[in-house]
Amino acid sequence: MADKDATAGYLVTEKLIKNFDGALAVDEVSLSVGQGEIFALLGSSGCGKSTLLRMLAGFDVPSAGQILLGGQDMVRIPPHQRPINMMFQSYALFPHLDIWENIAFGLKREGLPKAEIQQRVGEMLDLVQLNDYAKRKPHQLSGGQQQRVALARSLAKRPKLLLLDEPLGALDKKLREQTQFELVNIIKQVGVTCVVVTHDQEEAMNMASRIAVMNRGRVLQVGTPEVLYEHPASRFVADFIGSVTLFEGWLSVDERDSCAAMTGIGEIKVGYGVSGGMLSMPVAIAVRPEKIGISKTRPAVSKNVFFGKVQEISYFGAYNSYIVTASDGSQVKITEANASRQDLGGFKREDRVFFWWDDHAGVVLRD
Amino acid sequence: MPGRRFVIGVPYFWLILFFLLPFLILLYISFVDMGNDIHPFKSLWDAQTGELKLKYANYSSLFRSGEDGELFETMYVEAYLRSLWYALCTAVLCLLMGYPFAYFLARSAPSVRPALLMMVMLPFWTSFLLRVYAWKGILADQGVLNQGLMFLGLSAEPIQLLYTDVSMLVGMSYVYLPFMVLPLYANLVKLDVRLLEAARDLGASPWTVFWLITVPLSRAGIIAGFMLVFIPCVGEFVIPSLLGGPENLMIGRVVWDEMFISNNWPRATALAVLMIAVIVIPLAIYYYYFNGAAAEPENES
Repeated sequence: MADKDATAGYLVTEKLIKNFDGALAVDEVSLSVGQGEIFALLGSSGCGKSTLLRMLAGFDVPSAGQILLGGQDMVRIPPHQRPINMMFQSYALFPHLDIWENIAFGLKREGLPKAEIQQRVGEMLDLVQLNDYAKRKPHQLSGGQQQRVALARSLAKRPKLLLLDEPLGALDKKLREQTQFELVNIIKQVGVTCVVVTHDQEEAMNMASRIAVMNRGRVLQVGTPEVLYEHPASRFVADFIGSVTLFEGWLSVDERDSCAAMTGIGEIKVGYGVSGGMLSMPVAIAVRPEKIGISKTRPAVSKNVFFGKVQEISYFGAYNSYIVTASDGSQVKITEANASRQDLGGFKREDRVFFWWDDHAGVVLRD
Repeated sequence: MPGRRFVIGVPYFWLILFFLLPFLILLYISFVDMGNDIHPFKSLWDAQTGELKLKYANYSSLFRSGEDGELFETMYVEAYLRSLWYALCTAVLCLLMGYPFAYFLARSAPSVRPALLMMVMLPFWTSFLLRVYAWKGILADQGVLNQGLMFLGLSAEPIQLLYTDVSMLVGMSYVYLPFMVLPLYANLVKLDVRLLEAARDLGASPWTVFWLITVPLSRAGIIAGFMLVFIPCVGEFVIPSLLGGPENLMIGRVVWDEMFISNNWPRATALAVLMIAVIVIPLAIYYYYFNGAAAEPENES
């Protein structure tokens, strides 16, 4: 696994548990983040990712477990003494202080000499390109500028660990993409280890080198964006990351380098073996919509060709999206790149179509 | 839109009817020359010549007693200064007691807040006079407090508490405390907790967070509470008469005496008009200079 490589182990949580009045918000989370890595905690609201982040910052005390940063135990250290800084959701800039004072706040608490504070605030303002705004109040800045102030403020103390809580959540979609790259560039430039909490999978995949997918307080899978997308370990992860069609069934063929599952639409062949699989065990085959071909004529392939009826067609510009009802009534999501300027791929609703995929496209899921 | 104008108009109408109009009546009487008449509502215009005749002496006599008296050395000026001083002391005491209380209230669990707020308001359900009299019972020479102190052996004989500055300030800060707590609570409850966490995160100790974030951001509440206590305290009449000493003559008492004992309405109203001026003018200056700051959002959510 990727989380056991040589750089891992700068930030380590061991069986971290947070219990709120009998409800487990965080349930035995063990993670290992390498120095300089950007690591994302991804999950929907209430999955425990924010509680985990607050425990790292020191605002919530773990019920059990350990937090180690550079080998040092953090659990007993109060938040204002941890070498960890956080960029808060919707920034929490001090409204009564100007931008310069906001960035200098942490440095002043360290009791640094005036000249050094002056110099380091200057560096931070350079870094986020807000030199002309030093004397403004936060509410006089745009959302994107406020976000950069928040970043500068959290980096000013040169923390060993930077926490980002939904860093782009308060920005509109167009601004978000641009800001994302700026944010990652600045973090990489500084070289700080970073944990990002987000509910937005695109944000996580763009920013982080590795992602932990969380649900109900547990970490379901940790991996690079590619691993999570191409080799999800469970139905939840497959469904949560990107779009997918799950064909439920049972294992009908189990060989060393191939297997097959009997599902409602027929037997689906998969081009790899299932380790520890047992015949007739319940499985689901997950297939991504872009990996499924669609046509009105029978394709020249033999494996995994099925038949259905077009139910929905959506035009998204870059690609077309279809929902096809298969023979057993299940709905299959298919997307097709809009390579030439064509009219919805020539399909209409109610058209009878073939759909198929390569036997390496499907993923066998047991959980 | 006429509907909109009506809605805005109602409070203005109320202010004119219940504030501006009575004030104009006061202002009118304060310029009347009563002579030996018993009736203060006399015309300001001379009956024969139709000339406007304002008796400025009603005001000037407040600052200089007689022809040869020293300027500003009158019992009125003294009473004004004393009233302002005691009102200031009361407001400061209320702030010192009210701020921790309001902070605690605002930080308590939302489920217990209504009950705690209720406890702040509960004293209003009993008569104000009864509550002030109750303090007499506590602070008197043979009162609960002195009895208790003597029983514990902390003092050999009763300490004079009633009819002193102490009893008056105790009574005034007790009565006006809710007027400090409520605006402070309303302000502090809106305070974004994440700002406090952000300050902690940046290395501020809990105490530093309080001084650098909580207090500056609750400035509007502090000012509102301070004004709500200070302004009525300046003219407070009942509490000083019941709990204060005879030497603590406050302006409310002076107005009462001029009105009902000397039956000198023009002078009583002149005193009242001046009192309003003493309070309103600094307030107006404050608002004029700090309007820009007050318009800023106190809390961004």
